[in-house]
Amino acid sequence: MKAKIYINYKEGILDPEGQTVSKALKSIGINGINDLVIGKCIELVLDTQNEQEAKKIIEESCSQLLSNPNTEVYTYEIINENQS
Amino acid sequence: MKFAVIVFPGSNCDYDAYYVVKKHLNCEVDFIWHKENLINEYDCIIIPGGFSYGDYLRAGAIAQFSKVMTEVKNHAKKGKYVIGICNGFQILVETGLLPGALITNQSTNFISQSVTLEVVNNKTKFTNIFKENQTIQMPIAHKQGNYFANSDLLKNLEDNNQIAFKYQTNPNGSKNDIAGIFNKNKNVLGMMPHPERASEILLGSDDGFNIFKSIISG
Repeated sequence: MKAKIYINYKEGILDPEGQTVSKALKSIGINGINDLVIGKCIELVLDTQNEQEAKKIIEESCSQLLSNPNTEVYTYEIINENQS
Repeated sequence: MKFAVIVFPGSNCDYDAYYVVKKHLNCEVDFIWHKENLINEYDCIIIPGGFSYGDYLRAGAIAQFSKVMTEVKNHAKKGKYVIGICNGFQILVETGLLPGALITNQSTNFISQSVTLEVVNNKTKFTNIFKENQTIQMPIAHKQGNYFANSDLLKNLEDNNQIAFKYQTNPNGSKNDIAGIFNKNKNVLGMMPHPERASEILLGSDDGFNIFKSIISG
């Protein structure tokens, strides 16, 4: 079982990297982008095939280390390879 | 007084801090590798600057789980003194010994320059030599020094006199121009500027040395 975790800044937290890249896209003539956020994507390969167990591992990892609750939020998706 | 300087893989201001305490303050000081226990009882623990664990994930995020940090937390809980400088401040924030977060500078650049700071609270173990609102010079050298706190926390910090230093000209986007803060009990200080690099006139300023002098005199 695999998981993809997406970590982004909370709303209202400055994302200087996102702002800089957004300006760079505008400067090369790509218009129509209202907002751009740069976050992190972390891929996990899990030992378990049990989705509840997977969720527990992912949430523990995110709350204890992978994300900072003061400034970041996380979402994740679980990819069950047997079904794909 | 007895000092300890914690050393992580990637610490690079550890020798500077050790040198200032040993040679200028004339106090006993030990280096403590992050995987070791505190070998003595210490009065003050210094968490130095650098790039512990390469700043991977977030600055200070991985160092917070080092073996020695459990003992540093216990040391702080007893009311003993801890000072985190630059990466040390980031580690203290990640550990939860200090509130808030340190995020990427507003300009996205690594900033290395001398800054003027205002001493906001001079009634603590770390700042008692300074006059209230005294301005002092110290260098900063960081990319993730932009102090973030929500409005409730900022109010708490102001109300509890937890702000140690403010930048006279904000270099990095920090909320309320904050350069350094204390915990509620004022026995833990975290600051982005480097007092150990401003402890000899030869280096351009010895204002930083007054923080170390305050610790042993107050």
